[in-house]
Amino acid sequence: MGAPYALDDSGVVVIIGSGAGGGTLGNELAQKGIDVVVLEAGKRHEFQDFINDEWDAFSQLSWLDARTTSGGWRVAKDFPGLPAWIVKAVGGSTIHWAGASLRFQPHEFKALTTYGQVAGANLLDWPVTSEELAPYYDKAEFKMGVTRTNEIAGLPGNNNYKVLKAGADKLGYKNCHTGRMAINSKERDGRQACQQTGFCFQGCKWGAKWSTLYSEIPKGEKTGKLEVRAESHVLKIEHDASGKVTGVVYADKDGKTQRQKARVVAVAGNSIESPRILLNSASSMFPNGLANSSGQVGRNYMRHMTGSVYAVFDKPVRMHRGTTMAGIISDESRHDPSRGFVGGYEMETLSLGLPFMAAFLNPGGWGRSFTTGLDNYEKMAGMWLVGEDMPQEQNGVTLHKEKKDKYGMPIPNVAFTDHANDIAMRNHAYKQGMAVYQAVGAIRTFPTPPYPSTHNLGTNRMSDKARDGVVNKWGQTHDIKNLFVSDGSQFTTGAAENPTLTIVALAIRQADYIAKAMGAKEI
Amino acid sequence: MSSHDHHDHDHHHHHDHDGGPRLSRRELIQQSGLIGAALLVSGSAVMSPDRAWAMETTALKPDTMATLIQLARDIYPHDHVADKFYAVAVKGHDTKAGTDAAHKDLIEQGIADLDKRAGAGGYRGLGWEEERVAILRQIEATPFFQTVRGGLVVSLYNQKEVWPLFGYEGESFSKGGYIKRGFDDIQWL
Repeated sequence: MGAPYALDDSGVVVIIGSGAGGGTLGNELAQKGIDVVVLEAGKRHEFQDFINDEWDAFSQLSWLDARTTSGGWRVAKDFPGLPAWIVKAVGGSTIHWAGASLRFQPHEFKALTTYGQVAGANLLDWPVTSEELAPYYDKAEFKMGVTRTNEIAGLPGNNNYKVLKAGADKLGYKNCHTGRMAINSKERDGRQACQQTGFCFQGCKWGAKWSTLYSEIPKGEKTGKLEVRAESHVLKIEHDASGKVTGVVYADKDGKTQRQKARVVAVAGNSIESPRILLNSASSMFPNGLANSSGQVGRNYMRHMTGSVYAVFDKPVRMHRGTTMAGIISDESRHDPSRGFVGGYEMETLSLGLPFMAAFLNPGGWGRSFTTGLDNYEKMAGMWLVGEDMPQEQNGVTLHKEKKDKYGMPIPNVAFTDHANDIAMRNHAYKQGMAVYQAVGAIRTFPTPPYPSTHNLGTNRMSDKARDGVVNKWGQTHDIKNLFVSDGSQFTTGAAENPTLTIVALAIRQADYIAKAMGAKEI
Repeated sequence: MSSHDHHDHDHHHHHDHDGGPRLSRRELIQQSGLIGAALLVSGSAVMSPDRAWAMETTALKPDTMATLIQLARDIYPHDHVADKFYAVAVKGHDTKAGTDAAHKDLIEQGIADLDKRAGAGGYRGLGWEEERVAILRQIEATPFFQTVRGGLVVSLYNQKEVWPLFGYEGESFSKGGYIKRGFDDIQWL
């Protein structure tokens, strides 16, 4: 049999979502000869269709379906309908990601052991160790063409990087370079080299940055074993009397309800939609939603400790030229509780264009304090701060009690409040970030609040024990053998690093497990 | 920010017609304009003091539009950005007021309130920015202020003609990116 597959074909693996997790898993399974149907809620745009314009690209690519927010985070006030900035399109958020591809540090897989009990946090150790994941990190780095691995040269540093590097040197930071980036520094794997265009967040029009859209998915499709069905919005997953999942109900591009049968279902819709689907699949057998005997589905939502520092100098920087995330300082990523918090953070260059700078520099801000900052846009440098935030049980995704989307599915509410550790870390990071720029003559610095979440993690977390986690070390749900989670929602803790490389490594590993289990007729 | 803001903006600049004193967004921008001098109101139009551009209103009072333009500058003051860009940025309120009575009320009443708070000469009669800003601080939590401010974030800063005034270069793909055009040309470090 080969793609396309019939709706009543009960031999297929159905994957919900086509981003870093779903798109990678789909290709990996197809390469092994397994029949795969990927259901993607968004449209398919090819990379030539991307737009070098922040708002136009935002409209083209973003997940803009209705969502609500609650909790103490500032996003709930400034962007109440937009808790997360993620992509709704084939390729998912690998279209707009920056490309930073960092391995977790070994101790970060053992957060509870390393940090100890932290009051108010729901810490656990991962059931996977750094050693177990290492060979899959190798495969992920090779697949994605990560710079500074596999003898791939680093990217050249742009102006924004040079400012960061000069400040890092002045402060005595030792680990500052142009990053480990899944952006080609030379032509590789049929994709060309980075042209320093900027607009990484708007989709790379050269295809120089790895994305499942134009790397994993076309390779999978070439096998004849992978069908990607765009504009297919999943509503629920169904099961039989034995408790095994049997298929997926979705709304097609015309809004018509369809039912795709399945042998295995893998959920990879990112950390808001994945728990939403599981919760919305409640039945008399599973009254709290699928795979939710632990009560942890939708809980422990993490978004990384984030913030930005922008700084104005007396001469031009033109940070918008070139790679958006053009360099990194890793010195603060260590665990060093003497700083007043557990875990660590990375400092990574970031630039926004004028339109997004106006929206994000200080949301709600106005008057000269705000505008004299923007007046110096050309002389600005910028960095993003990203660190480990604490999983907290009450932070999470729930189904809205009244509001429904156009298909009648309850919309998700995203609740988040910073943990005291997150706040202490952010304050430290602001201070260090400002110091980096002050060391090279910054006239004015701006500690900029977190944007809507780009790193969404933890809402179907992994644990050895069925009582405190949703999935096991393979991303297989504890409750239902043929139901898997394949995105960042399976993260037990968030670590300091950008999550995509780890999502891809886990997906490659999960594909091996699924293929073996299918071969052994266990699923 | 929301997609809603953005869609509002999309509608701003497609509703003008040729002829008469009304200028399309592009025509408006092609003409020169003074910065920060008092706007004139004549008939149903708002005009720059040197009469280099004019904007006709269809739903809002022209005086209201003139005050909106001043308000926009007071919220996001950039001394090197001419009034015509602020005029373009608030034009959408006139368009929306034409089909949305509640929006028309929000804007007209909001501006009337500003004038009342300002006293005899009205809001535009206050000579110092800080006098006007003091009034804005009193109303910054109101739906009127937040609607005008929120809309401006996109309708002012997403005008491509404004970007060069801030040194933002916009689209770069068609020029081959910056790999040969100065991505690493910083000299002063």
